[in-house]
Amino acid sequence: MAQMTMIQAITDALRTELKNDENVLVFGEDVGLNGGVFRATEGLQKEFGEDRVFDTPLAESGIGGLAIGLALEGYRPVPEIQFFGFVFEVMDSVSGQMARMRYRSGGKYSSPITIRSPFGGGVHTPELHADSLEGLMAQQPGLKVVIPSTPKDAKGLLISSIRDNDPVIFLEHMKLYRSFREDVPEEEYTIEIGKADVKREGTDLSIITYGAMVHESIKAAEALEKDGYSVEVVDLRTIQPLDIETIIASVEKTNRAIVVQEAQKQAGIAASVVAEINDRAILSLEAPVLRVTAADTVFPFSQAETVWLPNVKDIIETAKKVLEF
Amino acid sequence: MASKKTAQFDAVKTLANIEEQFEMFQILDEEGNVVNEDAMPEISDEDLQELMHRMVYTRILDQRSISLNRQGRLGFYAPTAGQEASQIASHFALEKEDWVVPGYRDVPQIIWHGLPLSQAFLFSRGHFLGNKSPEGVNVLPPQIIIGAQYVQTAGIALGLKKRGKKAVAVTYTGDGGSSQGDFYEGINFAGSYAAPAIFIVQNNQFAISTPRDKQTAGKTIAQKAVSAGIPGILVDGMDPLAVYVATLDARERAVNGEGPTLIETLCYRYGPHTMAGDDPTRYRTSEMDTEWEKKDPLVRFRNFLEAKGLWNEEKENEVIEIAKEEIKEAIKVADDTGKQKVTDLMEIMYDEMPYNLKEQYEIYKEKESK
Repeated sequence: MAQMTMIQAITDALRTELKNDENVLVFGEDVGLNGGVFRATEGLQKEFGEDRVFDTPLAESGIGGLAIGLALEGYRPVPEIQFFGFVFEVMDSVSGQMARMRYRSGGKYSSPITIRSPFGGGVHTPELHADSLEGLMAQQPGLKVVIPSTPKDAKGLLISSIRDNDPVIFLEHMKLYRSFREDVPEEEYTIEIGKADVKREGTDLSIITYGAMVHESIKAAEALEKDGYSVEVVDLRTIQPLDIETIIASVEKTNRAIVVQEAQKQAGIAASVVAEINDRAILSLEAPVLRVTAADTVFPFSQAETVWLPNVKDIIETAKKVLEF
Repeated sequence: MASKKTAQFDAVKTLANIEEQFEMFQILDEEGNVVNEDAMPEISDEDLQELMHRMVYTRILDQRSISLNRQGRLGFYAPTAGQEASQIASHFALEKEDWVVPGYRDVPQIIWHGLPLSQAFLFSRGHFLGNKSPEGVNVLPPQIIIGAQYVQTAGIALGLKKRGKKAVAVTYTGDGGSSQGDFYEGINFAGSYAAPAIFIVQNNQFAISTPRDKQTAGKTIAQKAVSAGIPGILVDGMDPLAVYVATLDARERAVNGEGPTLIETLCYRYGPHTMAGDDPTRYRTSEMDTEWEKKDPLVRFRNFLEAKGLWNEEKENEVIEIAKEEIKEAIKVADDTGKQKVTDLMEIMYDEMPYNLKEQYEIYKEKESK
């Protein structure tokens, strides 16, 4: 075991897979000598050479196309999109092309590509860096979308993503990159994509969430415990496909749920989770399932960011509405 | 004007100098006379005949496809007549292990690269098996998003280079496609990695209805290669020998590690953009059509071959008969292929079906069993 931040765990996962599989290629803007703007690829070019870890020209669609083409020649590309707000530049490659490659080639070709990208609010970036755009990705059949909330999860999930034979969008919350360390096994291990993790057990309410909101939700659960409530926190970890089994098992145990996401409310992951609960467990519910989200505006400039983002207080308030229904 | 223009400072002159370098490369004139003896390729008589065979066959395939489409027996179809030299002669310079990354009008090239004709018809009919090229045939399905094939080609080419293969990735788009961001990103990425790619722009003068001069201020599309720092060449796209030589030359550079080439072929599509209701009389004059038909690639190549004693009416009719027979056979295979099911699609969305598809699979299996 070693104490690692999430960014160190990510580098460790990349190193592990670069070692394991000579078809793994890591590339993107500034990922080579510079080690990436967040240092996620620190030292990897030096260790594995420029043939395996390399810089690209500054063009996201080109990076997406490069990944698709390299996959067709049998590689397992792990491109970085420097900030996920830049995904619009590469949307065709992602949604129009790699997600459809199996089908449009009659199953002959696939896109075993892992797109890594930082996102997430609370770190005062310029615009179109921090947006939570995972809903756009989750709506595209053919993709998987993974969002880790801890260093340990990040390593296991990233290794699984790279080994996955379908395109995975691997989103790394910037606020979590260096916010804390935890014990991370130094040896290789995988965490199954599509499996949620109960981060905190409880019996009165399920908080279903992912990404940085896992930590806000745990804080809320701890505060609610002082009021006598036992709150469970389910970390989805993969938002496409959802781990229906774990979600439903938790709701059937607690009979009450809220869903927390950092993204705007409209047409989001939380809405999907609520719908799945209604489809599958409505008779277990003692109260409506409510959502805690950001407002349905574009992501604000940094001055308004803190107020805009959902926080512990918002979660406690909504949790109480459901608990006291 | 703040200061007197010097040679270094005269940007207008710099552009003019570049543009005048891009003269059209031609070997055969409209009558089939060799006008550029020095550029004549070393090519056997059999290969010359095979190239003619393929162009005649492709013209017949186009005529039959249009007629099958009108009878409701084919779906999506983008006519190819007029572009045979650009399509078939460029492909003729390739090797089996090369990749062909087509736009939607480039079905003939992937057929000649090994996609069975019956599958081309299935593609037209919207059946997913049409796109499943046989193992060892390195072609992608015809690209619908204009330009996407350019960035993917850069990736395939980089992969070929990393694998140390002596092969190239060749892609096609049109004059309209050269305006896309992906066009620039593709040629620029490939150039930056010296990747073995050949980027072909079939400039058929119209992007659906938009004329070439509305796409760009550039005098040629070939000159856009300069911006990526790669060689570019403007070719008479109605001249099969010029297209063949230009592609062969680009291929040789590519496999020798000298990077990609951009080839602009000046050509014309005689038919509509697609068979889905486009009416070229809205944007083209019959004078223009006639002007271009005089340049026809089949006519000039036939003249050239006949003068060499390599072609005659009998040979031509033989090809026409073969084409008609094979088209009939291929349509029959397509007719006999069962309709595509939604469950077929569900089975190949992912390597392993996620829970939501598993549930929906049962619903569609039931629906489709009725």
